[in-house]
This record gives sequence, structure tokens and C-alpha cells, in this order.
Amino acid sequence: MTSELDIFVGNTTLIDEDVYRLWLDGYSVTDAVALRVRSGILEQTGATAAVLQSDTMDHYRTFHMLERLLHAPPKLLHQLIFQIPPSRQALLIERYYAFDEAFVREVLGKKLSKGTKKDLDDISTKTGITLKSCRRQVVEEMRGSLVDNIQQHFLLSDRLARDYAAIVFFANNRFETGKKKLQYLSFGDFAFCAELMIQNWTLGAVDSQMDDMDMDLDKEFLQDLKELKVLVADKDLLDLHKSLVCTALRGKLGVFSEMEANFKNLSRGLVNVAAKLTHNKDVRDLFVDLVEKFVEPCRSDHWPLSDVRFFLNQYSASVHSLDGFRHQALWDRYMGTLRGCLLRLYHD
Amino acid sequence: MPGKLKVKIVAGRHLPVMDRASDLTDAFVEVKFGNTTFKTDVYLKSLNPQWNSEWFKFEVDDEDLQDEPLQITVLDHDTYSANDAIGKVYIDIDPLLYSEAATVISGWFPIYDTIHGIRGEINVVVKVDLFNDLNRFRQSSCGVKFFCTTSIPKCYRAVIIHGFVEELVVNEDPEYQWIDRIRTPRASNEARQRLISLMSGELQRKIGLKVLEMRGNAVVGYLQCFDLEGESGLVVRAIGTACTLDKLSSPAAFLPACNSPSKEMKEIPFNEDPNPNTHSSGPSTPLKNQTYSFSPSKSYSRQSSSSDTDLSLTPKTGMGSGSAGKEGGPFKALLRQQTQSALEQREFPFFTLTAFPPGFLVHVGGVVSARSVKLLDRIHNPAFVGIMGNTRSYKLLDWNSFNSGVQDVSFDGKFIFFKRLAVGMLLSDEPETRDAWWAEIRQEIKSHAKALGCHAVVGYSESTSICEEVCILSASGTAAVLNPRFLQDGTVEGCLEQRLEENLPTRCGFCHIPYDELNMPFPAHLTYCYNCRKQKVPDVLFTTIDLPTDATVIGKGCLIQARLCRLKKKAQAEANATAISNLLPFMEYEVHTQLMNKLKLKGMNALFGLRIQITVGENMLMGLASATGVYLAALPTPGGIQIAGKTPNDGSYEQHISHMQKKINDTIAKNKELYEINPPEISEEIIGSPIPEPRQRSRLLRSQSESSDEVTELDLSHGKKDAFVLEIDDTDAMEDVHSLLTDVPPPSGFYSCNTEIMPGINNWTSEIQMFTSVRVIRLSSLNLTNQALNKNFNDLCENLLKSLYFKLRSMIPCCLCHVNFTVSLPEDELIQVTVTAVAITFDKNQALQTTKTPVEKSLQRASTDNEELLQFPLELCSDSLPSHPFPPAKEHLESASSNSGIPAAQRATSVDYSSFADRCSSWIELIKLKAQTIRRGSIKTTMTVEKASPVGDGNFRNRSAPPCANSTVGVVKMTPLSFIPGAKITKYLGIINMFFIRETTSLREEGGVSGFLHAFIAEVFAMVRAHVAALGGNAVVSYIMKQCVFMENPNKNQAQCLINVSGDAVVFVRESDLEVVSSQQPTTNCQSSCTEGEVTT
Repeated sequence: MTSELDIFVGNTTLIDEDVYRLWLDGYSVTDAVALRVRSGILEQTGATAAVLQSDTMDHYRTFHMLERLLHAPPKLLHQLIFQIPPSRQALLIERYYAFDEAFVREVLGKKLSKGTKKDLDDISTKTGITLKSCRRQVVEEMRGSLVDNIQQHFLLSDRLARDYAAIVFFANNRFETGKKKLQYLSFGDFAFCAELMIQNWTLGAVDSQMDDMDMDLDKEFLQDLKELKVLVADKDLLDLHKSLVCTALRGKLGVFSEMEANFKNLSRGLVNVAAKLTHNKDVRDLFVDLVEKFVEPCRSDHWPLSDVRFFLNQYSASVHSLDGFRHQALWDRYMGTLRGCLLRLYHD
Repeated sequence: MPGKLKVKIVAGRHLPVMDRASDLTDAFVEVKFGNTTFKTDVYLKSLNPQWNSEWFKFEVDDEDLQDEPLQITVLDHDTYSANDAIGKVYIDIDPLLYSEAATVISGWFPIYDTIHGIRGEINVVVKVDLFNDLNRFRQSSCGVKFFCTTSIPKCYRAVIIHGFVEELVVNEDPEYQWIDRIRTPRASNEARQRLISLMSGELQRKIGLKVLEMRGNAVVGYLQCFDLEGESGLVVRAIGTACTLDKLSSPAAFLPACNSPSKEMKEIPFNEDPNPNTHSSGPSTPLKNQTYSFSPSKSYSRQSSSSDTDLSLTPKTGMGSGSAGKEGGPFKALLRQQTQSALEQREFPFFTLTAFPPGFLVHVGGVVSARSVKLLDRIHNPAFVGIMGNTRSYKLLDWNSFNSGVQDVSFDGKFIFFKRLAVGMLLSDEPETRDAWWAEIRQEIKSHAKALGCHAVVGYSESTSICEEVCILSASGTAAVLNPRFLQDGTVEGCLEQRLEENLPTRCGFCHIPYDELNMPFPAHLTYCYNCRKQKVPDVLFTTIDLPTDATVIGKGCLIQARLCRLKKKAQAEANATAISNLLPFMEYEVHTQLMNKLKLKGMNALFGLRIQITVGENMLMGLASATGVYLAALPTPGGIQIAGKTPNDGSYEQHISHMQKKINDTIAKNKELYEINPPEISEEIIGSPIPEPRQRSRLLRSQSESSDEVTELDLSHGKKDAFVLEIDDTDAMEDVHSLLTDVPPPSGFYSCNTEIMPGINNWTSEIQMFTSVRVIRLSSLNLTNQALNKNFNDLCENLLKSLYFKLRSMIPCCLCHVNFTVSLPEDELIQVTVTAVAITFDKNQALQTTKTPVEKSLQRASTDNEELLQFPLELCSDSLPSHPFPPAKEHLESASSNSGIPAAQRATSVDYSSFADRCSSWIELIKLKAQTIRRGSIKTTMTVEKASPVGDGNFRNRSAPPCANSTVGVVKMTPLSFIPGAKITKYLGIINMFFIRETTSLREEGGVSGFLHAFIAEVFAMVRAHVAALGGNAVVSYIMKQCVFMENPNKNQAQCLINVSGDAVVFVRESDLEVVSSQQPTTNCQSSCTEGEVTT
């Protein structure tokens, strides 16, 4: 006696959260059944393994059918085939698109080093889709390459959506994140930076009309950044800047002497990073540069975070007092974001 | 020109990509009605086209309006090649033809393709302008309302229940026409869908005409079925009950009285003279003078195997056929005279209803059923006639049958009799043949009902099972005596009041035997009714109807199933039919035995909703009987089951037997506990032991019975009386006993039944989940034995139930209601079981409330009743207590307290309110009775009552907080029941009757058979919901999946499935909402909910 066919269809589609999780985690039906058995469900309900097997199969089949709709969440809301209460729909979507941070962190780096993200770039740029749908495709792409861990997507919560934006942004600009030096940074760090950059450095940031241009850095802005070079190239300006900062911070900084000694190097580092951003390759290396040029020197001198904050605040503010410097707005746009990023990046 | 149909195509969405190059679609729509077709413009390059068409107008006869479906086809425009069809929508416009139903159909419909399934949706608006010339209505039958619901629909009132209507229409099956060889599967499927839709329309119109002839205005309990007879054609047949319905005026519609579960509550006579001694339906006197003549067949020899069956069957056959038709006592004769006149003109006094207005059902005789095996071949060669003429006689039952014949089996309680009619096949051309076949079977049913002293059959249904060219036609129902007033014109107005005045013993009346005990059609044990003690009742009652709302039930009910398989040799044509005919009686017999055993094992004494399905396959027959077992307070306590061995010498064998006996006894005890079956024995003691007078009375009864016959059944002690004896004479029987014990009760928190509502539970909460589950198993080997087959089948059903319980565990405590099993044998080694049911949650703690207002009302009523009545016994108690030095006072008090405790607990957990009220009044009866005789037990009983009402009050208060968040917009509920718990049906929008075919040539790619069928059933649900939503409804009640024919060919990677569903589209309003907007007009309320629904879908 073998079961040829075994189905259960409810007028309201039954969603078992536990099974959904197992399915999202990519377990096979057999593994899922084994895990459920281990959870003690048989004892609780007095069911048999066969019942569990049938139940799991059924849920997996339902999820499989739902997956097509989950790829386009608005469809899930409008489709007529599965009657699912809204709260359940939200849960399905949210869970589907939730991801494992560690994994995404991994992916961010790997993708770039392997260059597999190219495809994704092509997709997102070619179709000119909105950030939203791009997000979806990022995930598709990732899922395609790494079956096991990520299985999720949209109509997402705010936070999740922002994370996705970060991923897309990183993927699109191919930031290097995989280098050994950057391994200490979490996905959260990158997501934070990405958000700042999206808010301040992209075309969309300047012109709200171009909403879907959030992904690309503002080329003009990057070109303009060259102008900042004067801050380090002009020795007078550099000295003046240094003295302004030093005056302001004297006595307030625990690491004042180190700061004083390193000021020129640091400043040069930060400004050079800005100036280099015209080249795509250097954009990619942004985080590497920031860490090399700023984070590491400070760390080696054991700057506490508060001192870094004081310094950066003063460092960016003092520029306003440099009479010879004409690119105040540009500087603010650059440093405002960079300051935030650096502070976030500055940890062990 | 009686009607103008107007259609507007608004938009589409989620269309499939039809042009690979552009990933888009150039869609347009064809709208067809009858022979007229309109087209929309092509909407280029979009998956979400906005056609926003003009109104397409069809000017048509109302006859066409009834028959034809509106066909909407979505196509992809292709400049160079033929346009590709995306899919179709069939819209039945019948609901627009009644004045009270929907006025517009508007909404998103899934676009359905028989190969690809649902492919996007289309927004359509349909209207009908009927030129309301009333005379024209006679030509067609527009305006006759159809209901699938097998009771009088809520918010209607039955003025007259006219009776049975039936019709069938025959056509060739397009799948078997020559043209099918050259057309695509899609074209063939669509031809079939369209044809069936057309035939359904025609059938409905013809039935409507019959109803108009009978001067009715509605068909209730409308059941339409398809027989796919293959080569010989396609039969669409329908039965129903013609009624004249009156819509309750809107204030009345809002009375709680027609509220869901406790529907006819207001009409239940709570407390007219509660003393049964004085009730007026009094011709009970003759009973006392009569002696008992039934044969004391205490040992029930069971049929063990088919080898020696002739012995025990033959005498029964004789008994069965002998006694039909003779008239009994004067009372019966009187009743019969009254009703006969009303029913005589009718060819078939059948009613497809399963629940009735109070007072309608007077007595119930038992289940009557008839089956007939027919060959589907049309008579092409004259040689066949020769065979027909050749009479064969069978030794077994001396049946001289041809290749077909009718068998009839009547059940009543415990006995069964077979009768065999030699009926030659009527092989004329269709549809006369089919008509004649059914007429023949109905005639049989009618005569069986007569044999049971009944003039009518209620809960009537018909079914077929077809395999190759053999067809089993089955009909079954419950023989009953009806109150004639409902059947005649113009008398109903007064009838209700009359009935109330008349004070019929409704609580137990339906249990009383309608036949005459001197001339019983079969041997049975009769006792005096345990409720009124006036009339005779059988020891067991089987029926096909729902439990009457006013019946007093003890404890809860449960689903009882008998399952049986019999192997059969493969054979051709008439040899096959003969083989089947020979097997049938044994199957019926064993199914019946199984049911009886299981019923006893549950400690219950009545079956409701009995449905026996016999399915024929190539090499086997399957029998599946489902029913809901209950303990009727009016019937005697069932005896236990005793096992007797045939070889008593063997010591170990004896031991084994006694071991098994113990197991059985344990099971019975456990079941009694599980289903809370306990009070009758105690109440017996109360009435019996310490009370002199009733005691005397019962002694009197006993002595009477003893003197008349040696029967001791009336001994009210509950020991071994009429124990059911199972003889274990061979391994077969052993197996059977084992299988009896293998049925696992549902896990705690679950109950199941196949009737509308679970007897003993009525505190439903609003959560419902309708589902369909299908399982197909492949039997492992070809040389199976009957035992192995039985076990497989049994396991299949049990596992299926277990799975359901597991899946629905989040709903605990809940009850699976209307569990409907269907078995089919699609191929040699395949068994398919389809289950449709609804899980309804109920509140374990909030026992006493069901719906607010009725509860309040009845509470008030009950409490005032109590007060009135209690004062009396209390007074009596106070002064009489000391004066009665009763020796066993303490004992008595104990028993009384335990007695009062148990029902109280029961009320607290389970009792439906109306029955609570009933019980209250029956308690009050008791109290009163006792108060008049002695004054003792009443104190305790008063406590019970006092205890009960505050609990109810408290719960009522809790309840008045909104019980749950309003159901989400756009949700369409589906349920096989006629009501929605916690809600009120405000409007019936029309019947939903849909037929779908789905086929695939890429079975593996669609997830195998399971994936394919899962998706298809989900799609069917979706289409039903969409149609209901478009009608402006938010639920389907009395939903039924009448057919689910699944065929696969895995080697070719193909599968095909046909599904036929029906139900009533309704608008319901939550009771909680009702309260909030009670001041507003109901219509605005439902209107708003409808529009909301449309917005979101």
C-alpha cells in the first residue's frame, strides 16, 4: 500500500510557521520531518511519523506554489488562489525576505571578489527598475548562487527594506568588502554606511525626482571632490587647518599629541580618498582606503572613540574658517557622510 | 423579448506573457451568449489591460437566460497566426433572474484554462433587465429559487412543503464523440464544460417548471449530479424538494430566532404543560392493551463469511417481504388517514430535506434504501435480448434475476431484510431508460417506507457508481410520518399556533415507532419511550436526516464509519452485473453489522446522517458508511457487546475470548466517558428506586411484558440486557473484532460528526475552516485477500482522519462537522478517498451561550420558568422533607447530587442552548412529577437549575465584548453547513453550481499528481469564491464537492481531473457587527461589506 496522492486544501490556506521556517532554511522534506520529530511534536499531538511526513509534504507543496507569488509580493496580495489573512501574508513575506546577517556579509565580499555580481549589475542597470524590484533581483541572484542560506523578499518592514537597499547599493558600486582588513566589519556597519551614502552621495539625494537613481553615486559630485585636494596640496591651507583643529581640541583630547603628530597624514588620507573617487576602481576600494588611511592609524595610537568623534567634528568644522577654501558645501557633503561612516567603522 | 443581458469588460490583470519576444500580451476579449458574440478592442502590450468596453447587449429569451452560461474568452491577438486563447470564464447568470437575489454580477474572475489552470483575472460587470411580464414566467421558470441547503433556508419561512421534484437530461459526452480524435484536449474539455453548463441550466429550468406546476416558488435541498457513463453518454440528474417560501420581513429576519445554530429556537415549545402524563396526543391507551409479539432474537448471529450466508438470510427475506403494508393500531391509522390525503396525489412522497421546521416530523421509522445494478449498454444487438430472456435462478436466495435487478435493504435499528425483485432491464433509449431506472428504485423506496408504516421518506438522496458499463444506482432515505399541515395549502398560518397549542411530544415523538408492533416488518426489541413512557420506541434508530433540534441527546455524538471491501472477479457485461448483484446484499449486511457494533462500542443508540456508499471497481466493491452516533434520551441504554466462542473446549481460546471481552468492555466504558454518556442510568434510579409510584409503574410494565412474553427487555436495570453477541467462529470474525477495536478516537479537543452540527456542542465560535483532502493509495499486490484489502482501506481512512486532526490542531477545541467521505476506484489497484468537511472551533469554557439575544431570551424564559416551577417543589420540599422518614435518604441524596452534578457539568461544557432549555423543562417535568408523588430529589435538582443560570449569565456578559476582530475584507467563507457560526445570513444570492475540467500533459513539471490536484482544488475554491464575491456575497453555505474524478497516466506524464461543486452564495453579517449597527438598516451594512470586498479582491 503506497500513497500515490495525498493532499489537503483549505479554504483558508494553512500556514505552519515552523514548517515555513524549515522550508526557508532549505531543509529537504526528509530533514524537515526529522527535525520536527526531534522537536517533540509527535508526543505533544500523538501523531505518527507518517502523519508528520504527509503534513510536511503538504506544507512544502503549498510553499512551493506560494513562492512564485512571493517573488512579487504585490501579486500575493491580489491573487485569488490562496485565501490568506493579511497578517499571515505579511508574515510570509517578511520571513521570506529576512536574511542572515552573517551570510549577507559573506556574500557582499565574495560576490565582489568573484565578480559574479556583474550579472546583477547588468540586470539592475539594464532594466532600469526601481530600487524595490532591484532588491528582489539581488536576492534572486544571491539565492541562485547560494542555495542554502538566503531565501527571502518584499513589502518588507522598514528595516529590512533598508538593509536590502544597502545590499543593492554595495553590489551596484562593487565596493570591496572582502579584504582581510575589512573582515572585522559587520553587515550592519556596511549597511549603515550605505544608507548614509545613499542619502547624501547619490543622484537621488540631490534630485528627489530621480528616485530610482539611488543606486549610483553622483558622478558630478565625485568629480568635484577633486577640488578638495587643495586642502592638502596647499601647504598653507593644511597648516592653517591643522592649527585651527589643534587650537580647538587642545586639552580636550586624550590623544592630543598623537593627533597633532598625525594630523597631516590623516588629513591627507581623507582628502586623497575623496580625490580618488572619480575612478571606479577607487570607489570600490573606498572602505579599504578608509580603514587603511584613517581607522588603522588611529587605532594603532589607541584613540578612544570619543576622541575620534571630537577630532572629526572639529576637523570638518574648522574648514569653514579657512578663508581660502571655496568648496564648503562640497566639503560638508563629503565629510558629513564620511564622518558618520568613519565613526561607525571605528571599532575593533 | 423578455430579457436584455448587458455585459461590460472592464480590465484584466496578471495576464500571462503570450509574446515571448516582448514579454507582453496583446489581449482582447470575446463575450458570447447563445449564438451572439461581441469583441473588445485589442489592448496592446500589457499584462494588465484596461479595456473599459462599452456595454455589450444581448437580447434573449428568458429560456435562454436560464439555460445558457455567459462565456467570456480572453485571447492574445496575433496578426499573422491564429489568436491564442488565454482562458475562459463561464458565468451563470441565473442568480440575476430572481427578484430578491443579486442585481449585478461585478468583480474579478479568474481566467481559467483547462490546460494551464488560472491565468490572471478579468474584471466583468453583468446585468440583466428582465421585462417583468409575470405571464412570461410560465414559459420559462425564471423566479424559482434554488437552494442546495437541505433545510428551510434561514430568513425564509416555509408556507408549504410541496414535495419531490426530479428531472434528468441526457446527452452524448463530447469526450467520446468521433470529433474528439481530431481536436485538441483543450477544445474537448471546453466542449464538455460548456455542455454540462448548458445541461445544468436546462435541468434547472425544467425542475423550475415542475415547481411552478406544483405552485411552489422554490426548490430546497437541490442536488444535481453527473453520471459520466462514458460511451453511452452523459446524464445530468437532479432532485429536490419543492416549497413555497416566504421571505421573513426584515424585522423578523433580524429576530434571533432564525439565527444560526439555534435556529428554530423560538418555535420550540419550552414549557407548555410539561407533565408527560397529561399530554394530549393521547391515543396511547391501545398500547397498553396490546401484547408483544416480537421474536426475542437476543443472540444476533453474525455473518462470518460469504460461504454459508444463505442460511441466515433466507428467513429474514421472508420476514421482510411478508408484512408490508398492513395497517396497525387505530392511532397509526388515524395519522395515516390525515396525511395520506396530502401525500396520495404525489407519486413519490419524498423530501430531500434533512432538517425540518419543528412539528413537521412526527415519527421516524428507519432507513430505507434500494440499489439496482444496471448495464449501461444501449441495446444495439438483438442477441442481447435473448440473453435477457434467459432466466437464471440462484440457489442462494432464489433470485431469478437477469443481469440486473433491484435489491432492497431496509434498516431499522437492528434488523435488516432483503427483498429481491426480479426486474428485467428496460433497455429502451435514453432518457426514458434512466428515468425508468430511477422510477423503479423510487417505487421500491416508497414500498419500503410503507412497510415501516410510514407514508413519506425524508433525507432522501440518490447516487450512482459507474465502472465501465456497469452502474449501481442507489437511493436511500428515512421512512417517516409527517405532520400533514405543512403539506397542504393555506393551513400553515394557523398551523404553527395550532401546533403550539396542540402540545405534541416533540422531544421524543420522532423516536416513537410508526409501525404497529403487532405487525412489525421485522423483529425488533421495543420498549416504552424513556422520555414520555407512553409510546414504544425501538432499541436502536438509524436515520439519514440531521438530528432534530428538539431531540434530547445525552452526551456528545461522534462520527461512526463502517468500511468494507470485497474482491470480485473481473468480468464482462452481464456476468459482471450478476456478480455485483450477488455481492451487494452481503456488503449491505456487513456494513450494517459493522455500524451496529461500532455504535454499541460507543455506548450510543442512534445514528443520524447515515450515508452508505457502495462503489464498484474493476475487481472489487467498496462500501463506506458514515453516520453520526448519538445517545438519544428517549431510547433505551444499549447493551454491551458479548463475545462468544464456538469452540469452548480450548482453554487458551477461552482465555483469549475473555481477554477480548474485557478489552471491549473497557472500550465501551472509555467511550462513555469520552462522549459524556452517563445520566440515563442515574435518572433511572431516581425515578425507579426510591419513588414508590413510578416504581410501581415500571414494575407494572415489567410484569406486563413478562406475562405477555418471556421478554425481559423492560427490566430497567442496565446490566446485560439485550447484549449484543458476537460469535467468533473463525478467523474472519476474529479479525472483525480486532478491527472494531482499532478505530482510534480523535485526539482530545477534537470531535467529529457528519451531520450539520455536533450533537451536544453548540457554543460555536466564529472560526471555521472548510477543507478538501484527497488520498489515493495503490494496493501493493494483485492477489489481495479481502482481509488485507479491508485493512488497507481501514488504514487509509483512519490515517486520513489522523492527518486532519493533526493539521487542524491549532483550532482545538474544535469539531469537524459534515465530514463527507467519498470513495472511488479510478483504476484496478487504486483507491481514492475524498473528504470535505468543515472544522469549527467552539468554546470549551463558555458553555451556555451561543448567540446573544436568543440566549438572553431563552435564559429569561428558562429562568422565569424555573422560578415559577421551582417555587412549587421548593415549598413542597420544605414542608415535606421532615415528614418523610425515608431509609435510603442518604444514598438517595448522593445519587441525586451526583445526578445533578453531572448534567450541570455537562451544561457547562457542551449542551446546546435549546437542548438545555429543553432539558431544563424536562427536568422541571421530573421535578413536578416527583413533587406530586414524593418530594425529595427535587431539592438537588433546583440547585442544578440555580447553578446553571448564573453561569450562563456570566458568560453572557463576557460575550458581549466583541468576540473577535471583524473578518477581513474580501474573505469569502465556504462551509458545507447551512449556517455560519456566530453570524446571520441576511440574503441568499443564488445557487453556485460549477463544473471544471483540468488536464495536464506535464504532470511531473507540475509537481506530480499531488501538485496537480492540489493546485486544481485550490483553483476551484478560488473560482467559487470569486463568483460569490462578484455576486456581492461573502460566503458559500451548503457547499458540496459532488464529484472529483481523477485520472492519471504517469507514463505519458498526463493527468485529468473533473470537479463539480455546488452551494448557496449568501451574504452574512457577524452577530457582533449586528449589535453595533443594530440601529442601522441591515442592507446598508451588508452593502458596505460587499463593496469593501470588491475593493480588496
